[in-house]
Amino acid sequence: MVEFVTIFLVVITTTLLVVRVAYVISQSSKPTRNTSQKDLSTLVVLGSGGHTAEMINLLSVMQKDRFAPRYYIAAATDNMSLQKARVFEGILDDKGADGTQFMQIYRSREVGQSYITSVGTTLLALGHALWLMVKVRPHVILCNGPGTCIPICAIAFIFKVLGIRWSYIFYVESIARVKRLSLSGLLLYKLHMADQLFVQWPQLQKQYPRAHYVGRLM
Amino acid sequence: MDDINNHFEFKRTVFVTVGTTSFDSLVRTVDSDQVKEALLEKGYTHLVIQMGRGSYIPKKSSGEDGSLVVDYFTFSSSIADYLRSASLVISHAGSGSIFETLRIAKPLIVVVNEDLMDNHQSELAEELAERKHLYCARPQTLCEVIKSLNLDIIVPYEPGDANPVAKLINKHLGFPAD
Repeated sequence: MVEFVTIFLVVITTTLLVVRVAYVISQSSKPTRNTSQKDLSTLVVLGSGGHTAEMINLLSVMQKDRFAPRYYIAAATDNMSLQKARVFEGILDDKGADGTQFMQIYRSREVGQSYITSVGTTLLALGHALWLMVKVRPHVILCNGPGTCIPICAIAFIFKVLGIRWSYIFYVESIARVKRLSLSGLLLYKLHMADQLFVQWPQLQKQYPRAHYVGRLM
Repeated sequence: MDDINNHFEFKRTVFVTVGTTSFDSLVRTVDSDQVKEALLEKGYTHLVIQMGRGSYIPKKSSGEDGSLVVDYFTFSSSIADYLRSASLVISHAGSGSIFETLRIAKPLIVVVNEDLMDNHQSELAEELAERKHLYCARPQTLCEVIKSLNLDIIVPYEPGDANPVAKLINKHLGFPAD
């Protein structure tokens, strides 16, 4: 009898979860009827060099009053990107007047690190990402390629499923990707985690029909 | 004074940049006699190398015997100034350097680093080379590319526009179009 109840509960929970995940995915791809017009706290995941330049180009044409406050995240080993974001925001401290913040996150894997040691660092990075996401609970997530965005987006997706926070996830594939998506882009695409996924080359859009192509950012 | 002005007028600098990491095979190649001779033949007078974290140190030269003036440094916060004063840029394949150079319409040879593990970098350089915005080379073909350089066929790069992406994001979030 106890076994039966257990199995019954497991089946029910799994079914509910599957239905919920399917619902989250289907809702995410649809435009929202956002009638409240409130400010949307925005998490911006920065990567090195070219990634950050592309992201700043995008941010420079977005309405700062709609997407506020902005939380910038970059890998702990990357000082340049946050510096560029500070220059872009015109904020020299760690915090701006409207609550805009600059934060660092542990990376799951450094370039050249072995796959075995990266298990431990990945767990550390996940924990850190979870901590930041609990603190920030952003309405909008903007990312464009660095691996750092994967734990962030995965946690955001889980938050959506659990009803903790509904985040809109936008991913812009780097202009450097002409023929194939990056690993981050591919994961988000295959797992239906991004609300919208943009690519910057038409030939890439042909391969991934659910992606949007609307020209180059650079 | 005249002498200085003349000298300035004829200064044609080649700026080599490897970005934030290292790219010894590129630095070694541009430091070779063959490449330096090819650059001289094309009318360049100065060679400035940003060598990053590389371990290969190029040979400095003041160019007294009519050879190329060679100088190098590791990093600089004013790469933009070097790019602006260059007549030709030889760059690693990072998208940051590529677009920074294209935006100020400088002739560009991108050299793909074949030692990188995940070599997606060649995709961008090859695509832009196909569109004639730049030349694409490998360290071992750089000399040939310099010899065959024809700046007249370069097509100026039209900068992209982030507005369409921003519009779609706004639309998805239900914000009214401006």
